[in-house]
Amino acid sequence: MTLETVLVVAAALFAVGLYGALSQQVVVMIMMGLELMINAIILAAAAMWWYVAPVPDGQVLLLVILAAMTVEMAMGFAVALLYHRGRGADMTDMATDLSR
Amino acid sequence: MPVPDASVSESIAFWILSILAVAAGIAVFRVDSMARATYALAISFVAVGGTVLLLRLDYIGLITVLMMVMEMAIMAIFMIMLMGMNPALMPMSMVHNNKGAVGISVAVFLILAAGALLVPWPIDGRETPGPRADRTVELGNSIMGPHMLVMIAVSAVLFATIVAGLVLAVPRGRYQRFGDDLQHRPARDPRRGGVGR
Amino acid sequence: MSAGLLTPFDEVARLLRQRRRRLVSADLLLWRVGGAGLIVVALLKVAVIPLGVWTLSDMPAGVVWFNAMDVLIWALVWLAGWGANSAHSLIGGYRFLAQALSYELPLMFALTAPVVAAASLRVGGIVMAQQDLWFVVWMPAAFLIVCLSVVAFSVWGPFSTAAGADLSGGVLSELSGTDRMLVLVGRYALLTAGAGFAVTLFLGGGAGPLLPSWAWVVVKTVALLAVFVGVRRRIPAVRPDRFAEVGFLVLLPVALVQLLVVSLVVVLGG
Repeated sequence: MTLETVLVVAAALFAVGLYGALSQQVVVMIMMGLELMINAIILAAAAMWWYVAPVPDGQVLLLVILAAMTVEMAMGFAVALLYHRGRGADMTDMATDLSR
Repeated sequence: MPVPDASVSESIAFWILSILAVAAGIAVFRVDSMARATYALAISFVAVGGTVLLLRLDYIGLITVLMMVMEMAIMAIFMIMLMGMNPALMPMSMVHNNKGAVGISVAVFLILAAGALLVPWPIDGRETPGPRADRTVELGNSIMGPHMLVMIAVSAVLFATIVAGLVLAVPRGRYQRFGDDLQHRPARDPRRGGVGR
Repeated sequence: MSAGLLTPFDEVARLLRQRRRRLVSADLLLWRVGGAGLIVVALLKVAVIPLGVWTLSDMPAGVVWFNAMDVLIWALVWLAGWGANSAHSLIGGYRFLAQALSYELPLMFALTAPVVAAASLRVGGIVMAQQDLWFVVWMPAAFLIVCLSVVAFSVWGPFSTAAGADLSGGVLSELSGTDRMLVLVGRYALLTAGAGFAVTLFLGGGAGPLLPSWAWVVVKTVALLAVFVGVRRRIPAVRPDRFAEVGFLVLLPVALVQLLVVSLVVVLGG
């Protein structure tokens, strides 16, 4: 368990999340891909903290990442809900109004 | 001084948790039901929380597990509300541009892994960490002291998120609840509350 | 049918030999995980409760571990409701989540009160800080909120609408045989673990005059558990949608005021 191995695992999680965010059509599945990416960032930040600089101030970054994830999820689901109420659809392929 | 080599049990635990996290992450997009996808993501988060615990961050690891399981339980409700599936397992795979997405994510993984392996990380000048029992207290002190700006900013953002989420999600406004003159009490809600408001 | 003290053995024997139910298109993996996980969570909670001077694991953030474990119950009860592919158990699972959302924030703040008073997230540190005065004396609101949450996360008594009779058993409706036994035992185990944790956090742990400390922990846990069991059929069931307003408008301000009082006492030099 060295810094390099933990970062490679985090890179793998990030890649899986990126695949999900790019390929899925349903809004909530895209958000699951985003969650996986932020998951990878939490792991990478914790690894950096322990292996490079285990100072107490470093943990503040992890709290910020957790807060960012919460905000993203709350806003994402509120918008998905509104969209579903307005149109009865949940796929991003039907949200192409701006292109017209 | 750099970190001493990890013990055998630590390495085994780390590899088990890592394989679990990545496998569960892949399973999110492969399983046949929405509840299974949501809880595969929850397993991935719990595995990452366990790895953070292995990296000697007790409070952050436990908070990650707590928050993420709670979020996945609520997200399962939203999934089922928006996609309307039942517990039976039906193959569901709604993707667009699958090959392109796989190609891009494999390329990103190779670039990031190459960066992780080739960059000379500055681990030699590492300070000795404080005692493990004091880590949470020091986090609290630093976020209420030198990093108070983080606390203020995150508080304001989270409060704004609560208000914005409610404004976006609740379909009734003040006028539907209290009448046109905003005087009708108790409010006209589909469910009366327990306190009588 | 025997009555009295032999009833638990009789029930276990009956459930062990009863046939397990199979349902059409049930999500078997999630259903079994939801049912069997309740006992696992109760045992994980007991791991941080000290029995006198012995404890399985005095981890540096023991109170947060307890809180994380009772959030796992959210997922498990919902899975037990979802996996059965039946309307009544699904409604039971949703009822549990609605009620859990209401008590969770007051519970988190109420668990923070002893932590602030003892200046430690370690359960051992909280027990040691109660040597002069038990925390229940100056934190009664936090104690009541923790007791309410223990009853609620065990799907017990007034908070058992998730397994309610109007849903023909709710989450329990499609369970039979070994699965039913695991869920019922899990409920009792969660109630006991929660009572033990409330005793450790507020009633002084093993402190007491004559008996050794592990005996005092057992006596106090049994006493609190007797109160919980007595409450089961004496208070009518609370509807989760009515409880939401109570949770956010009454319990949350009470927990915050309690936390303020505790913080003032600690800062001004109690």
